[in-house]
Amino acid sequence: MFEKDFLSEVEKKEKEWEETTVKKAIEKFPERKTEFLTTYGEEIKRLYSPLDISDINYIEDVGFPGDYPYTRGVQPTMYRGRLWTMRQYAGFGTAEDSNQRYKYLLEQGQTGLSIAFDLPTQIGYDSDDPMAEGEVGKVGVAIDSLKDMEILFDGIPLDKVSVSMTINSTSIILLAMLIVMAKRQGVPLKNLRGTIQNDILKEYMARGTYIFPPKESMKIIVDIFDYGSKNLPKFNLISISGYHIREAGANSVQEIAFTLADGIAYVEAAMKAGLDPNEFGRNLSFFFNAHNNFLEEIAKFRAARKLWAKIMKERFGVTNEEAMKLKFHTQTAGSTLTAQQPLNNIVRVTIQALAAVLGGTQSLHTNSYDEALGLPTEQAVTIALRTQQIIAHETGVADTVDPLAGSYLIEKMTSEIEKKVEEYIKKIDEFGGMVNAIINGFPQKEILNTAYNTQKKIENKEEIIVGVNDFKTNIEEKIEILKVDETIEEKQIEKLKELKKHRNIEKVNISLNVLEEAVKKGENLFPYVIECVEAYATIGEITKVLKKVFGEYRENLIL
Amino acid sequence: MNKKIRVLIAKPGLDGHDKGAKVIARALRDAGMEVIYTGIRRSPEEIVEAAIQEDVDLIGVSILSGAHKKLCKKILTLLKEKEVDIPVILGGIIPDDDISELKDMGIIEVFTPGTSLDEIIEKVKDIALARKV
Repeated sequence: MFEKDFLSEVEKKEKEWEETTVKKAIEKFPERKTEFLTTYGEEIKRLYSPLDISDINYIEDVGFPGDYPYTRGVQPTMYRGRLWTMRQYAGFGTAEDSNQRYKYLLEQGQTGLSIAFDLPTQIGYDSDDPMAEGEVGKVGVAIDSLKDMEILFDGIPLDKVSVSMTINSTSIILLAMLIVMAKRQGVPLKNLRGTIQNDILKEYMARGTYIFPPKESMKIIVDIFDYGSKNLPKFNLISISGYHIREAGANSVQEIAFTLADGIAYVEAAMKAGLDPNEFGRNLSFFFNAHNNFLEEIAKFRAARKLWAKIMKERFGVTNEEAMKLKFHTQTAGSTLTAQQPLNNIVRVTIQALAAVLGGTQSLHTNSYDEALGLPTEQAVTIALRTQQIIAHETGVADTVDPLAGSYLIEKMTSEIEKKVEEYIKKIDEFGGMVNAIINGFPQKEILNTAYNTQKKIENKEEIIVGVNDFKTNIEEKIEILKVDETIEEKQIEKLKELKKHRNIEKVNISLNVLEEAVKKGENLFPYVIECVEAYATIGEITKVLKKVFGEYRENLIL
Repeated sequence: MNKKIRVLIAKPGLDGHDKGAKVIARALRDAGMEVIYTGIRRSPEEIVEAAIQEDVDLIGVSILSGAHKKLCKKILTLLKEKEVDIPVILGGIIPDDDISELKDMGIIEVFTPGTSLDEIIEKVKDIALARKV
């Protein structure tokens, strides 16, 4: 990018500056730390200059937004045309409770829904299963059957609101339910917009809501790709998620590396099943974390976009540009929120959200300040949404595309993260891909090592958490905490009993038997699951059939 | 006092977020204890069974899903039924208001986010040694 003569001039001047100006300054005021590090352990330099980006070619490495390799963004005009989707993750208690919260959020200007399901729904247990005891409606809404979905989407027009569902091991069942709901509302499937998380690999690594063994889970995902790429062109059929990998303790490089390696595994599995990456590639989306280290995070998003475009083009030979673009949702980092001095979390979330926007996210969830204490109250979730609206409408950062490009640090860090991620992907390739790497415990171990080292740094005060290991106060900030009504479990079980009394049990049994046969034969399960859902078979009943054939997975313990 | 302290770290219920459990397990191990980790999604029955079989001095339970009251009560009841006296501590996202209730129930100590590893290690040692005396 720069003339050689110019660079040697800069180099000379920089050396002089180090030896005179800086030396004098340090003698007077020593620096705060002996070394400053990125979360991935590389040194952060005192100063970045043209020397750091001398090997970066603007046209090839950075380029223009909307053009390959999309480092500067996937759309040419980015937020000048349309702001990111403001999508708050929400759901609790019963379908009735959540339906009300969704309507409230839509009235407040939220532009998409993001549904949180409770753990029994996520792991395929009905609310009356002994395993579900104490968990019903706790971290999300309880859904047992289509009946609950009817209540959940009552009065919510699926042709106007895009719906994101955080569901993985039971994704095929919940997506089938959404499809039935769309049909009932008269919304053509080709117009249905939204995202299903449907990323099972990260569940084995970081989040734990798996049911079946990895290979069987991959088969279900390929079935969804197959059905979805033909019938749901506007729907993201997977949201390949680094978010939880980061929450489990990974650093920024590991977040991107393991997520993209998961992405590679999905593309390979789908291609093996005969699907065309030029087609289904458009329906892939990603989900990242916006953590505390502001500049590193921005660079991370840019690197991820560039890497994925290269992977799709060079590794998989994709020619359709739409299938090379890494579109992503971002959530601010829940694990950075503190129970101590909870109002400080509003500031943390603001900075993280700003990093996501400067990194070019397509959709954003901002956490509520009370999340280290419980589920968000209406006031807390409103402030979280307002934070996004203030960034969008008051700060001016959305008025130009990728405004930090060209910063010596940002460009240098973008290419540094890119290289480090490529090294990890190479290692995972050596395992024979991500499924095998997970079975061998490789990413799990890498994440745990980072988590443990980070915790030790916090203990030694090498990392300061305001209000936790420094700047503590004895004044207790009392804030209101949302309590999920303990009687919800009983209410939900009562509803389930009613359902079982009134549905046509013969129809249910037939649909489940037909599904079992289809699983055994290795057919695409989607149409059969839709049949079961329409017959009001429950999530627990459908999962039981799948478990019977696929078996259940128990983790490989890593300490 | 020549026997090492043995601790069972357990994750009951359906929640799979186990960073805290794993980091604490490793810290206790680095502090010289023998640590057994159950892995995620274990039923109270499995946890109590493992604690008895492994003859541990203490059970550390990690819960973030909000199901702590029901799950702790179950674990404590099962221990009582089996007539074993193993102290139970709890860590996770636990609202302040629930802590005294949990302690009345029989949970010896409750750790919420922000507690230092050193503090946890010290408490675990105190509790385990008090039991051994």
